[in-house]
Amino acid sequence: MIPLSHYLIVSAILFSIGTAGVFLRKNLITILLSIEIMLNAVNLTFVAFGRFRGDVDGQIITFFVMTVAAAEAAVGLAIVIALFRHRESLNPDAFRALKW
Amino acid sequence: MSETIIFYLLSGLAIGASALVIGQRNPMYSVMLLIASFGALAALYIQLDAPFVAVAQIIIYAGAIMVLFLFVVMLLNAPQEDAAEWDQLHPLRQRGVARFGAILAALLVVQLAWALFEIAEYEAPVGGQADAAAVSSVRELGRVLFERHAFAFEATSILILVAMVGAVVLARKEGPLS
Repeated sequence: MIPLSHYLIVSAILFSIGTAGVFLRKNLITILLSIEIMLNAVNLTFVAFGRFRGDVDGQIITFFVMTVAAAEAAVGLAIVIALFRHRESLNPDAFRALKW
Repeated sequence: MSETIIFYLLSGLAIGASALVIGQRNPMYSVMLLIASFGALAALYIQLDAPFVAVAQIIIYAGAIMVLFLFVVMLLNAPQEDAAEWDQLHPLRQRGVARFGAILAALLVVQLAWALFEIAEYEAPVGGQADAAAVSSVRELGRVLFERHAFAFEATSILILVAMVGAVVLARKEGPLS
């Protein structure tokens, strides 16, 4: 039987990869993909803890996380399309009208 | 024993594909690799006796959200990251600041690993306290979802409606409303 901690370690590594992607990449679409990786890492933690405790609440929270991810993807990609129409670029550094 | 081998194979696949998502310069390949990572995660959910979550993962994530990403990647037609000259001039792109950020990221990994190794139930098996039938039943899942979490479920539908309206408003062509 696989220990609970191994699932948590996999989830922590996935979350770190997602965090690194948000900070390192300079492409808005890749940044959104990294956020999806982070949400999935959290989902894995929820399901593993739910299995450990023996109730279905972990799986139910996973459905809500999936719904939030779908809403986030729809709104985020709409913003990306609107930004690309203005600047012809996906580089977050190109959108500096509100920065210094 | 085979269970353990499958677990390490699947988690290696998920981690490797996710790392390659970050490493790719072409967003098209990133989306494809992320679908592979989600498939491996769905298999991990099956191993955790959560078949309904696994199916939802495939249908919603790999089927709907990733297709949305693919549509946008193809629609924008800007596959490569453009490295313009403002990148080097940006205050956050200086060498010392980047090194400091790398140290912080490494510290985050060390801290997470330390917290995991310090927990008391480190070697407790994931299915130790309950039998698989209690968590894998879709009937039980639906009962709990619509009895105990009915309000959250309805709030979710409003969230989806707001997101739909917001996406349409944000992505429409600018100009006078016709």
